[in-house]
Amino acid sequence: MGKVFAVILVVIALASAVPIITHTWYGSRISLSPPENISTHGHAIDEQLSETMIEAGLLFLAAQLLLAFFVWTFADPKDDTEIKTFPGGARAMVITALVLVGTEILALGVFGQKAWANVYFRPAAPDALEIQAQAGQFAFYFRYPGVDGKFGQLHPDKIDEGNSNFFGLDPANDVESRDDIVAGELAIPVQREIHLLMHAKDVGHSFYVRELRIQQDFVPGLDLSVHFTATKVGKYEIVCTQLCGLGHYNMKAYLNVMSQDDFEGWMKQKVSEQ
Amino acid sequence: MPTFPRGELMSEVSARAVEHHAPPQSFVRKHVFSLDHKVIGKQYYALALVAVLIGMALSWLMRIHLVWPNAPIPGLQLLSKTGAPGGVMTPEYYLSLLTMHGTLMVFFVLTNAPFAAFGNYFLPIQIGAEDMAFPRFNMMSFWITFLAFSILVAAFFVPDGPPISGWTSYAPLSAVGSDAGPGEGLGQTLWGLSIFVFCIASLLGSLNFIATTLDLRTKGMTLARMPICTWAWFITSCIALLAFAVLLPACLLLILDRVAGTSFFIPAGLVVSDRLQPHSGGSPLLWQHLFWFFGHPEVYIAILPAMGIISHILINSMRRPLLSHRVIIYCMMGIGFLSYMVWGHHMFVSGMNPFSSLLFSFPTLMITIPATIMTLIWLGSLYGSRLRITAASLFALGFISMFVSGGVSGFFLAQPSIDIYLHATYFVVGHFHMVMGVAAIFGVFAGTYFWFPKMTGRMMSDSLGKLHFWLTFVGTYSIFMPFHYLGLAGNVRRYSAFVDDFLVPLIPVHRFITFAALLTGAAQLIFFYNLIHSRFRGEPAPPNPWECTSLEWTMPSPPPFDNFGGNHPVVYHDPYQYGVKSSTGDYLMQDSPEQAGA
Repeated sequence: MGKVFAVILVVIALASAVPIITHTWYGSRISLSPPENISTHGHAIDEQLSETMIEAGLLFLAAQLLLAFFVWTFADPKDDTEIKTFPGGARAMVITALVLVGTEILALGVFGQKAWANVYFRPAAPDALEIQAQAGQFAFYFRYPGVDGKFGQLHPDKIDEGNSNFFGLDPANDVESRDDIVAGELAIPVQREIHLLMHAKDVGHSFYVRELRIQQDFVPGLDLSVHFTATKVGKYEIVCTQLCGLGHYNMKAYLNVMSQDDFEGWMKQKVSEQ
Repeated sequence: MPTFPRGELMSEVSARAVEHHAPPQSFVRKHVFSLDHKVIGKQYYALALVAVLIGMALSWLMRIHLVWPNAPIPGLQLLSKTGAPGGVMTPEYYLSLLTMHGTLMVFFVLTNAPFAAFGNYFLPIQIGAEDMAFPRFNMMSFWITFLAFSILVAAFFVPDGPPISGWTSYAPLSAVGSDAGPGEGLGQTLWGLSIFVFCIASLLGSLNFIATTLDLRTKGMTLARMPICTWAWFITSCIALLAFAVLLPACLLLILDRVAGTSFFIPAGLVVSDRLQPHSGGSPLLWQHLFWFFGHPEVYIAILPAMGIISHILINSMRRPLLSHRVIIYCMMGIGFLSYMVWGHHMFVSGMNPFSSLLFSFPTLMITIPATIMTLIWLGSLYGSRLRITAASLFALGFISMFVSGGVSGFFLAQPSIDIYLHATYFVVGHFHMVMGVAAIFGVFAGTYFWFPKMTGRMMSDSLGKLHFWLTFVGTYSIFMPFHYLGLAGNVRRYSAFVDDFLVPLIPVHRFITFAALLTGAAQLIFFYNLIHSRFRGEPAPPNPWECTSLEWTMPSPPPFDNFGGNHPVVYHDPYQYGVKSSTGDYLMQDSPEQAGA
């Protein structure tokens, strides 16, 4: 019976590794890996991910195969089998764990901080393009400061979705808000750093673009920001990853990465629509 | 290993416990409001069974909805007319089921079964006590837990639907009331109340476990001679005491925000459903900190008892002690200690200070050291053992496999940079289901097959148990391994349907998981059949069917009301005298004065 366990466990362990190695679902073309990275900081995260995958994967296989081997060898013994003790005993186990996992922690923990630091410890460049993102049940809106380069103040009491005043601007009294541009998609120029100022209108939400390797919560009452530089023109999905209510699954917008020229054209068109 | 001195005072406590605890005569005192720790243990177990049945049924409904969103589920409209008109689940009803599934499973199954149920039944017996230190508190703990359960289940039937904020109930979604949508009315208040009440019960229970372990050990039962599962329940009680003590006020504040107009978790200027909320000054992150300060230790409240149980069973099945008894106990203590320093790893992308993410990341990675040592000791002890394969030992071995699988994915999530990509994806769901859910449940299954003869006086069918294991082992891997792959593809969790362009191609994988979940769930019927059938028709159990050494096997099956028949057992040995030569065979009972031959 122990041998059955061993065989099943080996099959499970190897079968589990297949989609990780092939990056696809068994015998299909369903991709099961992160999509191509389109940000300047993302490659560091990807490297960290693959490195962790190799180390964790080897630990996984080693432990499962060892478990299978020992159960295969020592289960259902004959009557006269003597009990043996693993050479080195508990001390060997403690030392192995300390060395094995200790090194891994140092490697992953210490070197891995660079990837995190790239995103969070460096402030956005002074000339980064500032865009405000607002998340509310169940839509994202994006605001550009307009030609004056300044955002108008937000007045929650003035929010009026029926009138398309999603942010609660007060153009009658607030000059800076008059030229603010509000859009339902996040249009950005390629190869330019974006400083995204995040504002939650009602409850918690999150901003997740797989290709950008960016995920950041919107926290009501807390002004957060992230910064990133996209490197590839295209349209990508922005989805909400923080449970926000019944429409959570359907809360999305598009990130539209354009060439500098196209972006300027888009901006001109938005200005003329005002 | 330090020993706790047994002075006069403790003997007095023991004497009082006996005196206050005469055998009850009436049905109600015997089976309902019983003071007997064994009855209370069984009551916890029964409650966990009911909760797991509901929780599993909810997961079936969710899995079916995810892959056939428009297919009517026959009869579902009877549960909720508005939530499932014509049997087709609405998005908010999906979230309700998700919330109830998580809450039922984490609190009423994973906390109750391995810790409260088995702990209540066996902790006093394994240390040679007649009962818990405070039998009345013990009875109250159970019935307060039952009250908490009833409040939660009542939330299914309130007019605007069960809560939809998930088992983590993040504010302000959970705090601003029905403006935030259906399910955020009375249902969410009941959720907060239920968990508040649950915390009270858990605090009483943990205090009782701690007092019992420290005060009621019989002669010769030094701390070092306690079986590993007793140690696990003891350490878990210490963790639970500190963890639930934080969740309790957090739930109170949440309820106050909802019903009394306070603003602990709600900042100013929120516009929900076009209404400016009359709150100011609160912090949503405060809820997250309080919740996860409880929430992460809670993972260990679920898994440590399972570790203890499977160690106990594995040693018995291997017919040898572990390579080290002490190292395992120190590792469990280390895990318990570190579990309080890692809660922030749930909040890497929450907007808290990014420097603190690094500080939380390090102890999170550190916790893998005691976990790895334990795994290596289990593995190393298998080497050269005389392993008996039973349903119980299979589930114990399955636990190790699951614990490793769920553990290695922790390496990813412990790193803030990788968490940016994997946070809130199915990778996380796969990780915690394997390491906390399935592994802990395997501990419960192992414990059930192992202790059922003692608890009922009848044997379970071992061949049905093995069949149950094979199906469950393959089944749970088939469900939860693919979750990790989906997470790597960026599949977001807590979506009631997959409508995004990048999620649609992943639906075939979800379909596979749904089939696996239905089949694995069906395989649990074998367990329930075995449990119920054996309870009434099983072979009569001898006192010590597994040739085990600890004190619970020194008494008849099932044990008499006062456990040791009015005697105080005397303990002469470490708990696991296996692989020795003695008059009983290859083992020596803890209370046997005989000295083992080499």
